Amino acid sequence: MSIFINSASKVIVQGMTGSEGTKHTRRMLASGTKVVGGVTPGKGGQSVDIDGHQLPVFNTVAEAMAATGANVSVVFVPPKFAKAAVIDAIDAKMPLVVVITEGIPVHDSAYFYAYSLQKGTTQIIGPNCPGLISPEQSNVGIIPADITKRGPIGLVSKSGTLTYQMMYELRDIGFSTAVGIGGDPVIGTTHIDCLKAFQDDPDTTAIVMIGEIGGDAEERAAAFIAEYVTKPVVGYVAGFTAPEGKTMGHAGAIVSGSSGTAQAKKDALEAAGVKVGQTPSETARLMRAILGR
Amino acid sequence: MDLFEYQARDLFEKHNVPVLGGAVATTADEAFAAASAMGGKVVVKAQVKVGGRGKAGGVKLAVDANDAKEKAGAILGMDIKGHTVHKVMIAQAAPIVDEYYISILLDRSNRTFLVMASVAGGMDIEEVAHTAPEKLAKVPVTAVEGISSAKAKEIIAQAKFPADIADQVADVLVKLWETFQSEDATLVEVNPLVKTEDGRIVALDGKVTLDENAEFRQPTHEALVDHDSANALESAAKEKGLNYVKLDNGQVGIIGNGAGLVMSTLDVVAYAGEKFGGMRPANFLDIGGGASAQVMADGLSIILGDPDVKSVFVNVFGGITACDAVANGIVQALELLGAKATKPIVVRLDGNNVIEGRAILKAANHPLIEQAETMDGAASRAAELAAK
Repeated sequence: MSIFINSASKVIVQGMTGSEGTKHTRRMLASGTKVVGGVTPGKGGQSVDIDGHQLPVFNTVAEAMAATGANVSVVFVPPKFAKAAVIDAIDAKMPLVVVITEGIPVHDSAYFYAYSLQKGTTQIIGPNCPGLISPEQSNVGIIPADITKRGPIGLVSKSGTLTYQMMYELRDIGFSTAVGIGGDPVIGTTHIDCLKAFQDDPDTTAIVMIGEIGGDAEERAAAFIAEYVTKPVVGYVAGFTAPEGKTMGHAGAIVSGSSGTAQAKKDALEAAGVKVGQTPSETARLMRAILGR
Repeated sequence: MDLFEYQARDLFEKHNVPVLGGAVATTADEAFAAASAMGGKVVVKAQVKVGGRGKAGGVKLAVDANDAKEKAGAILGMDIKGHTVHKVMIAQAAPIVDEYYISILLDRSNRTFLVMASVAGGMDIEEVAHTAPEKLAKVPVTAVEGISSAKAKEIIAQAKFPADIADQVADVLVKLWETFQSEDATLVEVNPLVKTEDGRIVALDGKVTLDENAEFRQPTHEALVDHDSANALESAAKEKGLNYVKLDNGQVGIIGNGAGLVMSTLDVVAYAGEKFGGMRPANFLDIGGGASAQVMADGLSIILGDPDVKSVFVNVFGGITACDAVANGIVQALELLGAKATKPIVVRLDGNNVIEGRAILKAANHPLIEQAETMDGAASRAAELAAK
């Protein structure tokens, strides 16, 4: 088992014919993901050969789903067209839409998130995220598949490279699923959604939660852990040295006044019984101690 | 991007939100000219992106143009909480009978937009929320539904605005929503919204924050960037398309890939630096996924040009980026920089093609480069070198 994606997931790529879309479709296929087609409005009816895989291109997500039985969509469409692409997927009742695109205006992401809630049939991950991977089963997005293997740890993180770093630190143990939820102010799937799924997943034994400055998602996650999660959780929070009012790379990583600080997040997690590491390596050691490895 | 008050005022005017006359001045003479054109009493207001300017003496009433010139002369160049005043706004003065509050903002916690409205304006709204929460109406608004005239009336009724002005205020709220939406703002705040003696509802002071991700469809926003107060290194980095933030009181220059990893690198350096007399990171610089030689050279040249920097820590995890490409980038960057590169550089590479990457740096045998196996070890070494 795993969360959100597994070996049965059938994936379509929105924006497959663009350079990023093609590059990552190739990588996803190479790691064994069942990519079944792509969507590029205006290019429907064509077919793309990617390393010997003949992938059909459709004009809309609905057409792609009808023809391929896809149940996951991954979006590589540039910011300007991302809103329309996600709405297309929501209208088609695509169960899971993973939005990799960075730099989407927040009015657009707030719109497609609200729209997905209104329709009630689509879960969004991202935007501005690396996607998710259930090693040796399915890889949706841009997380390198060769860092680690299948194993008992579940990981949820706002940051892509910190996800990779943590997977690398614990590569000998392995992961059930690693989810990069994204660093934007409005995201579809939260730490809490992932924590709940990991708690309910029989193949996940322990959870790593990586947070960063900005917003109050980590504080909310801490409250949820105290209430719902019985599996051990270790945490890491980035951004202790970030000054107030400066955006640290991710659009959402900003300390405003006394809210959104790393210290507040660390304190909240520790109060919920989460062991929080001072560095990524120390966090990995905390996980090793819990698993006895 | 946070706007100055005068820029917010201009945006309001563009979207038909009622405002008083206002003009910006950068010298006392310009202030005189603006006040003369306006006639009568004016208010001279320091333009700084920080609260509490009134208490700091940054807002003065002037009886005429000569007085405005004198007041502007005193306010320009003032330091308000670390912000130097480069501009003043000359604003029409109006007799006020009541003050209110309205804002529309992005509510991250609930992943929606939020309208806040109160008849207790002119005060710190966080104070109102804390001491008299019943006086502050908070109404979620989704991006899909927006604020229609009917919705605006509902919100204004909920905030208990007096009946005689409710329709006027609701109309202002609709126009503020138009401003918020069409300008890709994440905050539009009017505090105070006032009722003048002659019964008009006017936005007297405003704050606007714009979403930089929307620049591609907001061609007019480029002109709103404040170049005067920008840090020289940050401006240079921005020109090269680098994601760079200068930090105060730091000695270790930082380059990394991925926002989360770079933020983490800053923390790990500050943590390691405690053992070396409090060495701290001097900047945030995320070179992103594709670390080409040119990007690495641009990044290194910015950091080596920072007089505060005593050592550099390059921290790369090769995910999609391959470590050998990054290593080649570093070697070529140092060739490009030549004699301009003078500070020790600690490099930690891990991940994709790490063996090849480390071998390339070893073979280059550059006197400034030192390699470290782990992030924590590299941070410690960079801090140690900075302290020397």
